[in-house]
Amino acid sequence: MNRPPLASELKLVLCHACGKACDASRPRHHCERCGAPVHVRKTDSLTRTWAYLIAALVFYVPANLLPVMNTKMLGSGDDSTIMSGVIEFWSHGAWDIALIIFIASIAVPATKFVALALLLITVQRGSTWAQKERSKLYRFVELIGYWSMLDVIVVALVAALVKFQALGDIEPRPGILFFGLVVVFTMLAAMSFDPRMIWDSRQPEERTDEVSSH
Amino acid sequence: MKSAATEEPPVPDPSVVKTRRFNVSMVWIVPIVAVLVGISLVVHNWLQQGPTIQITFKTGEGLTANKTEVKYRNVVIGHVTTVELSADQKSVTATVNLTKQAENFTREDSTFWVVRARIGAGGISGIDTLLSGDFIGADAGQSHTRAKSFTGLEMPPPITYGEPGKRFTLRTSDLGSLGVGSPVYFRKIPVGQVVSYQLAEDGKGVNVEVFVQSPNDAFVTDNTRFWNASGIDLEAGANGFAVRTEALSALLVGGIAFRTPQYNPDDKVAVEDRVFELFEDEKTALSPPKGRPQYLALRFDQSLRGLKVGAPVEFQGLEIGEVVSINLDFDVEKRSFPLNVGIVIYPQRLGKAHTKLLQALKHDPDDEQRAAQLLGMFINNGLRAQARSGNLLTGQLYVSLDFDPKAPKVEFDPTARPITIPTVPGSLEQLQEQFQAMVERINRLPIERIANNLDANLVELRKGLQQFNSRTLPGVQGTLQEVSKTLQSANSTLADDSPQREQLTQTLDELGRMSRSLRELADYLGRNPESLLRGRPKDAPADTLTPSRN
Repeated sequence: MNRPPLASELKLVLCHACGKACDASRPRHHCERCGAPVHVRKTDSLTRTWAYLIAALVFYVPANLLPVMNTKMLGSGDDSTIMSGVIEFWSHGAWDIALIIFIASIAVPATKFVALALLLITVQRGSTWAQKERSKLYRFVELIGYWSMLDVIVVALVAALVKFQALGDIEPRPGILFFGLVVVFTMLAAMSFDPRMIWDSRQPEERTDEVSSH
Repeated sequence: MKSAATEEPPVPDPSVVKTRRFNVSMVWIVPIVAVLVGISLVVHNWLQQGPTIQITFKTGEGLTANKTEVKYRNVVIGHVTTVELSADQKSVTATVNLTKQAENFTREDSTFWVVRARIGAGGISGIDTLLSGDFIGADAGQSHTRAKSFTGLEMPPPITYGEPGKRFTLRTSDLGSLGVGSPVYFRKIPVGQVVSYQLAEDGKGVNVEVFVQSPNDAFVTDNTRFWNASGIDLEAGANGFAVRTEALSALLVGGIAFRTPQYNPDDKVAVEDRVFELFEDEKTALSPPKGRPQYLALRFDQSLRGLKVGAPVEFQGLEIGEVVSINLDFDVEKRSFPLNVGIVIYPQRLGKAHTKLLQALKHDPDDEQRAAQLLGMFINNGLRAQARSGNLLTGQLYVSLDFDPKAPKVEFDPTARPITIPTVPGSLEQLQEQFQAMVERINRLPIERIANNLDANLVELRKGLQQFNSRTLPGVQGTLQEVSKTLQSANSTLADDSPQREQLTQTLDELGRMSRSLRELADYLGRNPESLLRGRPKDAPADTLTPSRN
């Protein structure tokens, strides 16, 4: 076994702020150099991730059921939910826009739920299955997280721009608030998750030099 | 990171173990709050959830699921959630989610209709729906029972939202140009409209239901007369031309007008759903009630060109009825074509005369036999019918009933039905006859002989005048010249410087002297009368004897 030792094996903890390797055995959990709190793993990572994930999941329901915006054209108001907007674009032939909205607003949050849930469950069970792929999955989840805000930004922009009194008026509806909360909570969940926990399980010996570090 | 290899297995970090331990963290508040928000949304939605009803329409035109709204007084009270064909595919069923506040609209007699742009009788309505899309109009009912399914109206009800006013039923023989929504006018102001119409149960007329809005419904009294004010009333009757029309829109969509006759003692405001008669026009509506009609037959032996069905029948100049039929007949005995004219008279139109007549003769107006006898009496007194020309311009005729004492006696059969009134030739015919007689008389005059004599006389006269011109006139001229000469000489004689006049003056002087001498002589003789015998004495003054100067 010629793998390099892990930080935990050397009782060292890396400061996230300044990068100094601190002694983990010391009771003080602050960086000796910059004073930032140091953790071996993120505090309450699993609990927090679960909590945020569940909250996001709860908000996901009204976000999709409630109308996100109200389009008023020449006096006739029309509430539209995210899905109805996608269907409307699709039926009008703008399948590309429909696809973008669908992916950004429905597929991405759903993917995040599934991915995060998968990561959490595998970590809790101490699974050693496909650890590298799961790490990639986590990075992917972090990456796509922002794009879900697309819908919120579109509604905010359109509602601010389209103000033609009687001719046309677009107003945001409560659905978009819940949708924004869903995005925020999924991002919080992704942030609370500590991907190093994927590797805390008993890992195959040949992968030891692939420890991810952040 | 790489350091000297350590063979000991990795020791689990105590802090990592600590995080895995079950521990109620504050972070769980977040999902709990989320769940609470979700539950509150569900509860709110559930509380706001109104009844769901189903409305059946003939077509789904303008109905879109999740878009079409149900409005009452332009406030949204529900949404159409689904639009689907009914099971028998003969209609369309729209499922509507009403709001909580709109629960009254599930009353059994609530009405629903699709509001769309319509160009109808009373004008254009629902223009706004062209842009905003159609919506379902609703009107809550009064019933106490609730219903889940309704049948949508094809036309919007004319009266909605429990408008105050009264409904009345008008009976008429035909609908004319009226329709639902036709206006009702009072003094040419629209105060209501036709709400509905249907055939009378026996099919012998039409019942028109009108709605008069409050407060104008107070002007409908028990004596009010309604008439059809549709279109232009162009009348070319025996009284000349008359054009009448109500408002311009009534020309297109028809209309009803009402008015109460001027003199109305103890009139009461009509109660709701009272039945009125709808008259043909204003004149008949406002004329006094006709009373019981009496059919009479007339038989004319002359042409009745210009007499039309509906022409007035007058008695002593008062219109009491009208002509109802004109038929050609063939008289086998006389080989002629008389005309049978049927008239209807309304004895009640005689007014006071009628009532007095009834009193005087103790006549029961329902006793037809007596009526026939009464008429027979009148006919014996000379009652005759006559077709008279009412208007020389249009040639319209009317039937006049008048007493003609000189009319030849006619046998009256009181048992014959219908009662027949004998006729006399029309006034124009009489005039024609007299004129013809006059022409014949003129024809009989020896005009030719008279003309010949006149001609000979004229020749004589001419001859005489010629003679006078050629002979007498020159003589007269000569005489006149003579006269002129005589006058001229007379003139010269009388001139101031003529010798004749000079002589005359001298003569007159002489005469004057002579008369003085005579006077002196007379004086002398008066004083000395003896001188006549003795002559003049010698001592007598000579001056007394000398003639005086001048």
